[in-house]
Amino acid sequence: MSRHTAAGLANLEVLDTTLRDLASSDPAIRVLTADSRISGRLGPFAREFPDRLVELGIAEQNLVGVAAGLASCGMKPFVISPACFLTARALEQIKVDVGYSGTAVRLVGISAGISYGALGASHHSIADYAALRAIPGIPVVAPADNCEAEAAIRLAAATDGPLYIRLGKRALACVHGPTSEPVAIEHATRLRTGDDIGIIATGETVGIALEAAEALALGGVEATVVSMPMVRPLDTATLFGVARRVGGLIVAEEHSVHGGLGEACAAALMTEGIPVRFRALGIPDEPIVNGPQLDVLAHYGIGPEQLAALARELLV
Amino acid sequence: MTTCDDEPAGVDLAVRAAEYRLDVIDLIRSAGGGHTAGSLSCLDILTVLYERVLRISPETLRHPERDRYVQSKGHAVEALYVVLAGAGLLDRALLGTYLRFGTNLVGHATGSVPGIEHSTGALGHGLSVGVGMAIAGRQNGLGYRVFVLLGDGELAEGSVWEAAMSAGHYRLGNLVAIVDRNRHQIAGSTAEIMNSEPLAEKFAAFGWTVHEIDGHDLVQIEHALSSAPTVPGRPTMVLADTVKGSGISYMEHDIRWHHRVPDDEEYALARRDVENRIAELRGRA
Repeated sequence: MSRHTAAGLANLEVLDTTLRDLASSDPAIRVLTADSRISGRLGPFAREFPDRLVELGIAEQNLVGVAAGLASCGMKPFVISPACFLTARALEQIKVDVGYSGTAVRLVGISAGISYGALGASHHSIADYAALRAIPGIPVVAPADNCEAEAAIRLAAATDGPLYIRLGKRALACVHGPTSEPVAIEHATRLRTGDDIGIIATGETVGIALEAAEALALGGVEATVVSMPMVRPLDTATLFGVARRVGGLIVAEEHSVHGGLGEACAAALMTEGIPVRFRALGIPDEPIVNGPQLDVLAHYGIGPEQLAALARELLV
Repeated sequence: MTTCDDEPAGVDLAVRAAEYRLDVIDLIRSAGGGHTAGSLSCLDILTVLYERVLRISPETLRHPERDRYVQSKGHAVEALYVVLAGAGLLDRALLGTYLRFGTNLVGHATGSVPGIEHSTGALGHGLSVGVGMAIAGRQNGLGYRVFVLLGDGELAEGSVWEAAMSAGHYRLGNLVAIVDRNRHQIAGSTAEIMNSEPLAEKFAAFGWTVHEIDGHDLVQIEHALSSAPTVPGRPTMVLADTVKGSGISYMEHDIRWHHRVPDDEEYALARRDVENRIAELRGRA
């Protein structure tokens, strides 16, 4: 297994440790689950703060509505449920009771994207960016590694408004390298710099993009790799800066090609009038192929070799 | 028809409820739209809530210990606007902006209007929000109660039953739900569109204490809402039998008035109904 897909911690485990740390100093923190404490690996939180975990059973609509009620009374609810159910089954509650009502509900979609792999399309969440980007007032964050996950959770706790955090279940290596500084999750980060090609990635595709860049470097192609955890609002300053500098730009995301980061970047670039050779990779408009997460992503062009090949093709 | 005891205070409240009916119709006519009959069916309940039950005032609209009211049947917002204005919680001048461009006073309850706790309009949401408010109240050690008004057509939404289950599970004695059981919805009677009965048995089975009352009897409404919970540690369900279009003779039981706007002739008839009712109440006092 290569370096950036090598086992570190799953972001879910960061979720539990960070929430316990926050809860130890903030009595308003609440964790709400829909029988998802096991899949969310929240056992330690449940044991340490049994009175602050509100279990709603397998009922996502009620889960989000109850969270809105708690938030309106000063609580800081973190709603934790598989992204596929949370952002689809409870979408109207997210729209009305969270977005429209402006309640500070922290939505955490776990096992997101195609994390469940061969469990099939019922368990994939590849329309969550699209759905939530179209609801006013809800930032959308997809952390690439444990550092970004912790920063996103801390940002959510510190923000007096709604926020959606999307976490996968795969163990992730650190993409930010050894640093004592917290990651500034509100902004995109250039993880490496090169003038030939730019790869903008979000969530669990970032590590793959880094591997592609390493492969490209071996052949003399220098890539800029950007981790863009905020799918919304878009860090256009970083996007434009990279796009003006490179010979081609690729956006890679674990999401439908419709309504996600790729379309957001394309629209921003066109509006700004920045001409750049551009490709957006995601799950195309077809019934998704079944298989393990990394195999499926590679099938759709989001693998180290596939990304590197596309980059070379763009530069011809 | 609104009924009350014959004590002056009861008569005054009934007169006010009658006057509110005309206010609702004035509001709906002012903009040429609104949910007419469904606002009238819950008007007596709202009048009692805001005049006799809820611990809330213009000074305590944001106080942590205030009682909460969530109107899950958000389409009957015209009744809520009128009652909020009558209670001094909403600037009456804002009623002139109802349904106008740029207004906050839209056709469903929205939290951006002073005095409205939470935005509703999509049915089946309010009880969950109320459950959250009730859990927060208990965990924060605050003594407020949470009231949620639902329509009976709304009970076909599955999310209502998710919320009902969780209220029973958490034994939320500080939660009071009221069903405006007017037995009608847009396309027909609830019995023919989707029968939700027997509601008393269903909510009891979900762990609620259930009271069935005449939803136009102000004394019964006040008693049911003020005494809750009669069984500590259980949420309270008040099934209020009401008449859609209540108080305006030709609207009662007629589903065409779900969101029809009275013309001038119909308005004159409505005014006559209300004036007759007030004269009758005053004569009795």
